[in-house]
Amino acid sequence: MNSDCIVIEGSNMAECHPVAFQWVTEAKARGAKVVHIDPRFTRTSAIADLHVPLRAGSDIAFLGGLINFVLANDLYFRDYVVAYTNAAALVQERFRDAEDLDGLFSGFDPDTNTYDQASWQYEREEGRDGVSEDDPARADRQEELSQEYSVKQADQAQTSGSGGPPIHGKPKRDETLQHPRSVFQILKRHFARYTPEKVAEVCGIEPEVFLKVAEWVTANSGRDRTTAWVYSVGWTQHTVGAQYIRTAAILQALLGNMGRPGGGILALRGHASIQGSTDIPTLFNLLPGYLAMPHAAQHETLDDYVADAAGVAGFWGNKRAYMVSLLKAWWGDAATPENDFAFDYMPRINGDHSSYRSVADMIQGKVGGYFLVGENPTVGHANGRMQRFGLANLEWLVVRDLQMIESATFWKDGPEIETGEMVTEQIATEVFFMPAASHAEKDGTFTQTQRLLQWRHKAVEPPADARSDLWFYYHLGRILRDRLKDSTDPRDRPLLDLTWDYPLEGETRDPSAAAVLREINGVGPDGRALSGYLELKDDGSTSSGCWIYSGVYADEVNQAARRKPGREQGPVAAEWGWAWPYNRRILYNRASADPDGKPWSDRKKYVWWDEQAGRWVSTGDNPDFEATKPPSYEPPPGAKAQDALSGRDPFVMQGDGKAWLFAPKGVTDGPLPTHYEPAESPVKNALYDGVQSNPTMEHIKGPWNREHGSASDVFPYVFTTYRLTEHHTAGGMSRTLPYLSELQPEFFVEVSPQLAAERGLVNAGWATLVTARAAIEARVLVTERMRPIRTASGVVHQIGVPYHWGERGISTGDSANDLLPVVMDPNTHIQESKAATCDIRPGRRPRGPGLVTFLEEYRQRAGLPTGLVPVGARGTVEG
Amino acid sequence: MKTWLEAWPVFRQLTGPDPLGRGSAARSKATEDVVSRTATADRVVQSICPYCSVGCGQRIYVKDEQIVQIEGDPDSPVSRGRLCPKGSASKQLVTSPTRVTTVKYRRPYGTEWEDLELDTAMEMIADRVLDARRTYWQDEDGGKRVNRTMGIASLGGAALDNEENYLMKKLYSAMGAIQIENQARI
Repeated sequence: MNSDCIVIEGSNMAECHPVAFQWVTEAKARGAKVVHIDPRFTRTSAIADLHVPLRAGSDIAFLGGLINFVLANDLYFRDYVVAYTNAAALVQERFRDAEDLDGLFSGFDPDTNTYDQASWQYEREEGRDGVSEDDPARADRQEELSQEYSVKQADQAQTSGSGGPPIHGKPKRDETLQHPRSVFQILKRHFARYTPEKVAEVCGIEPEVFLKVAEWVTANSGRDRTTAWVYSVGWTQHTVGAQYIRTAAILQALLGNMGRPGGGILALRGHASIQGSTDIPTLFNLLPGYLAMPHAAQHETLDDYVADAAGVAGFWGNKRAYMVSLLKAWWGDAATPENDFAFDYMPRINGDHSSYRSVADMIQGKVGGYFLVGENPTVGHANGRMQRFGLANLEWLVVRDLQMIESATFWKDGPEIETGEMVTEQIATEVFFMPAASHAEKDGTFTQTQRLLQWRHKAVEPPADARSDLWFYYHLGRILRDRLKDSTDPRDRPLLDLTWDYPLEGETRDPSAAAVLREINGVGPDGRALSGYLELKDDGSTSSGCWIYSGVYADEVNQAARRKPGREQGPVAAEWGWAWPYNRRILYNRASADPDGKPWSDRKKYVWWDEQAGRWVSTGDNPDFEATKPPSYEPPPGAKAQDALSGRDPFVMQGDGKAWLFAPKGVTDGPLPTHYEPAESPVKNALYDGVQSNPTMEHIKGPWNREHGSASDVFPYVFTTYRLTEHHTAGGMSRTLPYLSELQPEFFVEVSPQLAAERGLVNAGWATLVTARAAIEARVLVTERMRPIRTASGVVHQIGVPYHWGERGISTGDSANDLLPVVMDPNTHIQESKAATCDIRPGRRPRGPGLVTFLEEYRQRAGLPTGLVPVGARGTVEG
Repeated sequence: MKTWLEAWPVFRQLTGPDPLGRGSAARSKATEDVVSRTATADRVVQSICPYCSVGCGQRIYVKDEQIVQIEGDPDSPVSRGRLCPKGSASKQLVTSPTRVTTVKYRRPYGTEWEDLELDTAMEMIADRVLDARRTYWQDEDGGKRVNRTMGIASLGGAALDNEENYLMKKLYSAMGAIQIENQARI
């Protein structure tokens, strides 16, 4: 609402986050420019001042073009860039850019398809000036281990989710930004070829359209004005997803749009508490608060675990206090200084144990049991057939949900039963369907997309045997602990010593969610709730289940339940719910003031230094900075953690306090983003001859996951999946509702009139979409909302495919995700759903065993290996 | 006392203060008798929409311990009382007649669901967890201590509460299970 320009890219905000879109329309009414960049024309485009119909999978070229435009025309916010970014830092002499090596950065190992990141690092000041290392030898050893294959596979990049990875020593700097090895000059050279003409060629748009966006964005950035960027899974679900966001971050840092009102990059996430599920992760590689899951090769002891942070500047320098407090929250009195606070109770990871890899393991019979807790992967995840083969090769499966979803009934009525690839009587999987409580039938917090925790009060008791997931896990733990109570096996100590006493409420003996939230907040030596993570200690005197959430129960008050009406507060509305960290609503908001602590302009005043009061103040937010650290503060020799950052370093989670234009560490596929084509693309990479797509992307090979590669004649069209307003993800919460099923009753695909003519498709008739994974049928919607794209390689047709349908519920249909391959971003293990190739033909698909032959013929024609699997499919993973 | 003429809306429209017939003239006794479910609820509970990540405020209206209506919460500075089609339909999510509210069990190679008591199911799941944990246990892998089981995987949806995710991660880690994932990966 405070933005002067809003660019929505990789998101259909008006349809997928309609209630949030009211703020965009308000900004527009106040005069802001709104740009929508997306392959499809949607209701977001209809409201926008400009729609840019770029080709799916070409966003880095577009954003890179903007970076080049900003640098080539000196339109960056110079004072901001010099003071608040790493533009002035020097990179080592041995670094080579992708522009020098035809698409590869230095350090690439073709045997493992991974990078050794050593050559990307800063040239350090001699003697690690200004930063004390408690144990430099151990830190260096950690540095070496971080480059081991199993560590990289385990995705350590993400473990610095709320900040950058630790860096050691201070980089050499050139404040004039002229040094050829300065980040600024490297950036300039790297993006020099991203000219408006090149952008137009790669993205399939007119150069004038690009220039219009460039003009609006730059005219609405600087001291007086700010531009915001909005994205969703249209950016993340690519083999270069993390780099999409990096490109936007670089652009926004250059324009000085981070940490300021109306600026920033807003990730519109898709689920009620998907942010919470990342902060307090049920993710294999993370512990609460973006602490890394301990790795077998790297972290034998607690000292190893914290070595990378010991002596590091910024708030990650306190990693030991965060970890020890977590261990105390979990193992209480059993966690002592003598036993490393029970650090050894933690299991270790040593590779990729992410969801798709685990499914491949299931197919091989390597996983005994599986819990699906409010998730329907046979519809909602890429390659549903692979998911179902995984489920069919388990010993047991527990499904917790409101409705009987497709993932619970694959053994009875899944698509493979119809084709004969699975036979009910031959599937050994034992299935428990456990009814779940709805959001209205339990207390608890969701964390929404802007880090805001909002408490829900229980309205009624759940019906019959339905229970909350809190109930299920608490009582499962209680039973397990009871079964093992006489065990002397050291392997059972972690379960037996676990703190597992929560007040039980009501007839069903539901554990108190408030008590769990208070444990997450943490308590001090006096047993009182802590006021925030600055109080955490590394000596075991404090506990906290998730350090970034510390403060949510400050003063023994459930801060997430605060409900002061919005109309009785200022625009920041800081007394509604509670945002992590420390109820700060704009992150890194110290950057809204200049290095001396004065607002950049009156118009964009937000946080500033009040000399008289000796503290940072704001128009309504909490400063994201130590309250009394003056702009003039310089770290004394030997300073640690946040004390080692100066009063002019706003990015307090970074080891150097700066926004990173260049990532010297942590991004597994390159220190800078560069344009690669999607794994499946009809278009040749216009920037590099030698490298077509992300060289480090992850593959899972098996007959159920055949990839098309690039430029396939058999699969010539691009398809991109998306959501509708009236349905929700895999449909379990929407296709089962009469109103919503009536509003969007049937699966359809969107095609352009040109493609319809080319393939003989008729509006409202049937079409069959085919990939090497599956063939599905849908109604055809012929619409000019889809536009053929003209590229150097010829015309590219794109097909829009909503992915909500499955075989159960009120509104049923084939499942779009069955079409997708599982091919993943190496940083995040997220699949590429937003650009893949297919064929489309008029009419319905074959049924029964005929479908299997139909697909096999397609694969043969495309020159791909067989996709046939033996009944049940066990043991067919090829690598 | 009302006459038959005054009961005729056209008469009221022509003679009364509502010549356009869009207010009092058009009201009948039936209209007067209609009362919204929100007005007769026993209590109103503040909640949050369970669909997307915007976090719109909801007000849940309860009568006789049943949810009778869910509406947008005008107090919310996030949503200002608005809900999208999904949020507006969420009463159907909660009160759906097709909701499964008892435990269903499919035995290995079975062709149909069977009923099971909740407590029995919990005990059976605990048996299987302990068994899989032991069968697939690794003290070491590649010469390094790992202290884990590879026999138990989990995939959560992202409508899980923070408190639920927390207990899940805590319990799984204590039992040594590491293949713990969430929609947040996707």
